[in-house]
Amino acid sequence: MASEAHAPAESLALREQFDTEAQQKDASTLGMWVFLITEVMFFGGLFLAYTIYRRAYSSVFAITSSSLNVYIGAANTVVLLCSSYTMVLAVRAAQLGRKNAIIVFLILTLILGGVFLGVKAYEWNEKFQEHHVPGAGFHFEGIQADQQGHAQLFFSLYFAMTGLHALHMVIGVGLLSFLIWQTRKGRYSAEYLTPVDLGGLYWHFVDIIWIFLYPLLYLIDRHLGK
Amino acid sequence: MPEHVDSVKTYTLVFAALIIATIVTTAVAFVDLGPFSVVVALVIAVCKMLLVALFFMHVRHSTRLTRLVVMGGLLWLFLLILLTLGDVVTRGWVGVPGR
Repeated sequence: MASEAHAPAESLALREQFDTEAQQKDASTLGMWVFLITEVMFFGGLFLAYTIYRRAYSSVFAITSSSLNVYIGAANTVVLLCSSYTMVLAVRAAQLGRKNAIIVFLILTLILGGVFLGVKAYEWNEKFQEHHVPGAGFHFEGIQADQQGHAQLFFSLYFAMTGLHALHMVIGVGLLSFLIWQTRKGRYSAEYLTPVDLGGLYWHFVDIIWIFLYPLLYLIDRHLGK
Repeated sequence: MPEHVDSVKTYTLVFAALIIATIVTTAVAFVDLGPFSVVVALVIAVCKMLLVALFFMHVRHSTRLTRLVVMGGLLWLFLLILLTLGDVVTRGWVGVPGR
């Protein structure tokens, strides 16, 4: 027993390459942020492409972006913000070591994420019915024939950006399911909550991407259409 | 452990601010502000981003190194946008023979 005090067994809370639990936690957090920065640059390229084409074909982009349903967009923004709120409460529950609260808040986050994806699927389905999906069957009413290509460009960017965001949401739903399963097994406590914490960082990051997508895609030309 | 646990009240206030900002940005979009529509929408979006990053992502409790990495990342994004737009916007300023 005496030897254990001098050389504590390696645990999830402290791997042998770290001096302290706090140092290990800081290293994990830093690593997650470096990953998120690569994601920022990834989405940054798309936002930049959108900015350039919106500037080049501003009149067509104003008409096409005003065809998106702003109320659905706003409702989905609120849903996603609610999911961030429940996620941060899940992380807080983990900090306090309240296992049941972690599970409840993670499940709520999972449900809200599912609602967001469901609404997104409904919106995309609408685009298919309106022939607003880029491709052979594309047709946008109210603009000239030589502007159809520019309208297609808008919807290409719309699907690329919202699609990539939705893919991140799907991955996030997978992460949440994993966290719920591991929490049920009692893997996380006030001493070791790094996966819950990093899952939270990922979820909030995906929220931030939507915080920019919503005004840029749905809002900025709204006043011209009405 | 030196873990900072924020109160539920703090998170709820941040959440309320985010919802209000969403309603404001949606309402303002229907008002004709000319070229300032984009500016107002982006300023509100940046404020929401800061609220999420500082409070929900715990940046305000992070180590200096993490904060430096976050700032560095945003600087790189800024450079990406600045230099690319600097090229695209100024292309028409100088006449190029043959174009």
